[in-house]
Amino acid sequence: MRHEVFERNSLILLIGILIVVSIGGLVQIAPLFWVDSTIETVKGMRPYTPLEQAGRDIYVREGCYGCHSQMIRTLRDEVERYGHYSLAAESMYDHPFQWGSKRTGPDLARVGGKYSDQWQADHLINPRSVVPESIMPSYAWLAETKLDLRETADRLRTLQRVGVPYTEEMLDKARQDLVTQIDPDSRAAREFMRRYPKARVSKFDGQPGLQPTELDALVAYLQMLGTLVDFATFDASGPNLR
Amino acid sequence: MVNKSLAQRAALGDCLAVLGCSVCAAVGAALLLTSNSAGMAFHGLLLLVASLAALGCVIEFSFDSLRQIPSGYMDGPIRVATIAALIWGVAGFVVGDLIAWQLAVPALNLDLPYTSFGRLRPLHTSVVIFAFGGNALIATSLYVVQRTCRARLPGRWAPWFVVWGYQLFLAVAGTGYLLGITQSKEYAEPEWYADLWLTLVWVVYLAVFLGTLAKRKEPHIYVANWFYLAFIVTIAMLHLVNNAAVPVSLTSAKSYIVYSGVQDAMTQWWYGHNAVGFFLTAGFLGIMYYFIPKRVERPIYSYRLSIVHFWTLIFLYIWAGPHHLHYTALPDWAQTLGMTFSIMLWMPSWGGMINGLMTLSGAWDKLRTDPVVRLLVVSVAFYGMSTFEGPVMSIKAVNSLSHYTDWTIGHVHSGALGWVAMVSFGALYCLVPWLWNRRGLYSMRLVEWHFWTATVGILLYITAMWVSGITQGLMWRAYDRLGFLQYSFIETVEAMKPYYVIRAIGGLIFFAGSLIMAYNIWRTVRGDEPIDAAEQPRIAGAVGLRPAVA
Repeated sequence: MRHEVFERNSLILLIGILIVVSIGGLVQIAPLFWVDSTIETVKGMRPYTPLEQAGRDIYVREGCYGCHSQMIRTLRDEVERYGHYSLAAESMYDHPFQWGSKRTGPDLARVGGKYSDQWQADHLINPRSVVPESIMPSYAWLAETKLDLRETADRLRTLQRVGVPYTEEMLDKARQDLVTQIDPDSRAAREFMRRYPKARVSKFDGQPGLQPTELDALVAYLQMLGTLVDFATFDASGPNLR
Repeated sequence: MVNKSLAQRAALGDCLAVLGCSVCAAVGAALLLTSNSAGMAFHGLLLLVASLAALGCVIEFSFDSLRQIPSGYMDGPIRVATIAALIWGVAGFVVGDLIAWQLAVPALNLDLPYTSFGRLRPLHTSVVIFAFGGNALIATSLYVVQRTCRARLPGRWAPWFVVWGYQLFLAVAGTGYLLGITQSKEYAEPEWYADLWLTLVWVVYLAVFLGTLAKRKEPHIYVANWFYLAFIVTIAMLHLVNNAAVPVSLTSAKSYIVYSGVQDAMTQWWYGHNAVGFFLTAGFLGIMYYFIPKRVERPIYSYRLSIVHFWTLIFLYIWAGPHHLHYTALPDWAQTLGMTFSIMLWMPSWGGMINGLMTLSGAWDKLRTDPVVRLLVVSVAFYGMSTFEGPVMSIKAVNSLSHYTDWTIGHVHSGALGWVAMVSFGALYCLVPWLWNRRGLYSMRLVEWHFWTATVGILLYITAMWVSGITQGLMWRAYDRLGFLQYSFIETVEAMKPYYVIRAIGGLIFFAGSLIMAYNIWRTVRGDEPIDAAEQPRIAGAVGLRPAVA
């Protein structure tokens, strides 16, 4: 039997294995990088603001993806419960993606704007104060933890390196923009809004003072989820038909 | 008299080991002193301490090799990995049960960052998959490759580095999650520097395994080794591609994955499903192909089937990833490919199951008399069940109901507890008396107890998750007579509570079983005579201590 070739030569066996296990991945992954229709053409997507990105980093750090998806499937009940099904374009600047795999809690792809900042802050500090039956852990420490600003610009620069279209201006002003986003009465807010359209400026955690907390960042992130794409101009046919 | 070139090579190996330890210690010290993250500095300290300890060992035990040449098999590192698998297993099960209780009683999150569900869940999955499963795979693969090749592991230090380097990786990864150092890709959470360290360990592991194959005195490479080799190289490929990331700086624990959105999702589940396919399946099939025939003293049922099983399994598995992304923003063509290949995967999976089960032909009575055989065989039965359930769940219509629910969790556990853990328990019960040169296990009756506690625990777990998953999936899509969604999300959470309690009780029983095993193995290793030697099969004892066949 010809199989003897593999059984008698460890290197031929090794090469055979490598060839056989490479094919599936090449066929499924590689085209996603060059087939244009993979990511829809939409209006409204922009990189995360420095505060939103900091909130996203906290979302990742705390393992929120373990219980919350950010991917509304193309099913009737999901669209009715959560809103328009998620587009690939909506996570095009997500390094890494946070689609999740489990809904112990509800989907968060369009949670932005669904509740007030105060509700989000209260809910994170003590989920059962606003949803008595909730089984979510309390994240009260986020309100007391000052946001680490040492890496703000470096993190955006790293994201730029992996393909997020941050401009040099955005990187230069990263630290300033982060603080501006929690200071609604500041002059810099207008300039910030020009850089990041549709961003909201608010003291997200509801606490006095202008010291950004981790809670500010996380609420800022949650409050923008799913709010960027302009669905009035989104066309599911034509180039976006898949 | 010792061959001069052998002595020179040993001395060279010792020098390289000293050099390697020194470099690692220097890197550890650099991280400790320069990192801007307290967690990463702590990991630098771990590396520094581990490297210095390794350096001490190398210096203590080396440079005297002129007096003794190693002979026979190298079992020291295998003993370490065996005990490590046991300890990590118990730890992984208890963390799993803790987070199961957290879902029923949220106060158990203790309102602390380090004990919240979000940080403990990756700790549980990683410890069980990579620490318990990984050590079981390293121990058995290094044992099996030596015996089936009749060759000693190459190198004086490389196998030790693989085993202890792997433990260091696990310690860094696990403590990292608790400290909030994670890149959030499921089953690939460790940050960039832990990934680099694992890459180094894995390359040496591959070299040790291939080196043993190259030195073999048997003309043919035994089938178990094909599976182990496929596991080692494919995991290397998956790990390197999926973890491609750019660190914020060399002193920062944070990195960003180079892929984004839909491409990252596809890459992640290509990785994630094949962590199942190659870590939790191919590797453990290697265990099946050695330990079942060995324990029941019968040849593999069909040689031809094992060839077909091997190549079709590794070819088809790699395509199955997209079934984790049905109805998402992943293009339809990829979803359909994923579903199609997942269904096809049923066939090689059952081919392997049949090959394992039918190996008992003519020895089915051992199922009654030897609880270790029962663990091995029931594990294969669970393998068959979950590799049928998996293809069913990959069908888009079924997946629209099951995805995002506890059904997936139940499915994973019927595979992880029923197949992976049970086959590992069986292999560990075989290995311990063989490695420590004992006449048998301390107690076969305790194995019997372990078998039944584990089985009852698993059944409670998976039945609870079937009911809760299907209930929740149906509630999410239920409409009332007026055409509105019938249930708010929180009502579906409330409905889960009794099942979460049942699941946690099942997990507790399973965990109790693992404590029985730990006690039994501790007594065996300590050297206590078997209390029920008469009930143990001949094969339970180490070579040389087995009673003569009448």
